[in-house]
Amino acid sequence: MTHRHVAVIGAGPAGLAAAEAALSAGARVTLIDSADQPGGQYHRMLPDAYHAARPERLQHGWRAFDRRRRRVLAHPRCTWWPDTSVWALERPDTEEPGVPRVHVLRGPADGGRRRRLTLDADALVLAVGAHDRVLPFPGWELPGVFAAGAAQALAKGERVVVGDHVVVAGTGPFLLPVAASLLEAGSRVLEVLEANTVGTLARGWSRRPWELAAQAGKAGELAEYAALLIRHRVPFRAGRTVVEARGDGRVEEVVTARLHADWSVVPGTERTLAVDAVCATHGFSPQLELPLAAGCALRRTPSGEFVAVDDDQHTSCPGVYAAGEITGVAGAPAARSEGALAGWLAGGGDPAAPSLRPLRRGRDHGRAFAERLATAHPIGEAWPGWLRPETVICRCEEADYASLCRAAGNEASAGTRVTKLETRAGLGPCQGRVCGPTVAELTARLTGRPAERPVEGLPAAGPHLRPIAQPIRLGELAAAPEPSPDNPTPQAG
Amino acid sequence: MSPRRVRAEADAVGRQEGPLRIIVDGEPVDGIAGQTIAGVLLAADRLSWRRQRSGAPRGVFCGIGVCFDCLVTVGEDRDVRSCRRRARDGDVVTTQTRQAEPGQGREAQALRTREPETGP
Repeated sequence: MTHRHVAVIGAGPAGLAAAEAALSAGARVTLIDSADQPGGQYHRMLPDAYHAARPERLQHGWRAFDRRRRRVLAHPRCTWWPDTSVWALERPDTEEPGVPRVHVLRGPADGGRRRRLTLDADALVLAVGAHDRVLPFPGWELPGVFAAGAAQALAKGERVVVGDHVVVAGTGPFLLPVAASLLEAGSRVLEVLEANTVGTLARGWSRRPWELAAQAGKAGELAEYAALLIRHRVPFRAGRTVVEARGDGRVEEVVTARLHADWSVVPGTERTLAVDAVCATHGFSPQLELPLAAGCALRRTPSGEFVAVDDDQHTSCPGVYAAGEITGVAGAPAARSEGALAGWLAGGGDPAAPSLRPLRRGRDHGRAFAERLATAHPIGEAWPGWLRPETVICRCEEADYASLCRAAGNEASAGTRVTKLETRAGLGPCQGRVCGPTVAELTARLTGRPAERPVEGLPAAGPHLRPIAQPIRLGELAAAPEPSPDNPTPQAG
Repeated sequence: MSPRRVRAEADAVGRQEGPLRIIVDGEPVDGIAGQTIAGVLLAADRLSWRRQRSGAPRGVFCGIGVCFDCLVTVGEDRDVRSCRRRARDGDVVTTQTRQAEPGQGREAQALRTREPETGP
């Protein structure tokens, strides 16, 4: 027993591995997830009420996951908190970083009668994952246009398919499992469109092939998906994408077009296709609210910002570790290695333990893989060419491209904060989760300056800065928090 | 055709179905135990159930609780992400709109929610 208490936030591949490793280091673990089952998006489980006899049919690596899940949840030193939203991390001292207090709400999503609790642990492992990034295009707000992750979550997690004649479009290897999920559930996938050209893909993937060999599991998974597409005669086209969705109250057809390497449309290559659903994905946005609240430094990469971690998965904040997609998008095997490393060290395990060697190696391979992924599937510079003045950029507030252009042309308002107030982009219920990175990028392009202009006395306005990480009702906020039963002597306020 | 549930008899995972019924704007909608409210609505061929300020219809977009396009009122709880909330038999669901009624001022346009009917 190390007598340490580790709070692991997120029970996907990274979080579950972290919990397991912290337990084996002898620590006490509180494992927290907003879903009612562990697994995250990758191992999204069917509801218990389905009594599925063969759940492994929908999962890669189900057996290993199932064993790990049972081992962790049944462990006497593990407390499992499902249906639990972490809505804030509170630093003990804003000047001096320390292990933050975890504020949670326990109960069904967005319910009015959830329990509000606080948790003080000796170390935190943040493993909260990422969500689809979807670039706007005309008509993307029509019902029937889905983020690719939605289609997969519904098919894998509920056995609901989003349509019968579906186009899957965007960029990245994630297009393939999404198409596979739809095919498995009986949809017709008309086309899978990878926006990057064959040249870009080849340059990204064929350089340093030995790095790919280390990801043999991933390569095998992709080969399976490719075989499935061939079997179902689904065309996979590179250098083509959906540039418009049309329909009366719901998507009825899409316009696809061939793209140059920079994602500008090749004139005259537009084609119209009748569909009842579109699934789009252009990479992933790491969920950075909690790392930012903890005070973790970020690192900037060509594909966006991620949590900066050292070789021990330790963030810049003492006692706070990060693992999985928030440190870089590298897939489930890398997330598991990172999680296990983070959990072991957070739990007080010996940093020189020989078992860490393969974990570090796996993590390093994962990092190399993430770089390859980013090189092979970049977002092309010229994508705003798809936009029209009336194209919705912020889905919640229906702020359109023209309003963003107007705000950018106004010298006084061309910073993120004022642009928000002027266009309302990012001020709706999702608080910029969907449009934030897009608005920041467009504002920077339109003004020729970085969007984050410093304002004296205020922290930089990044697209992920949300002090309230999850919605909380005013009544819940007003109620005094209960200390966690795991913390017998809560510190005063 | 549109969104639908994989038929239980044909489902490779070998699942069982327990029926449930929710009430949506006063109308019964059938689903199965374990589905989210969004899943029930989609499988019942409802692709959209919320209106934006412009009147544009919205349903599910992100499917994992990020985009807030799929908000509904469940019982007395307003603004519930229907993709994140499991349906319970008998749930009374009210759809929401941010659309202004003709002739109403700007104040009335802000965040107007159709109020759920009070229970008997």
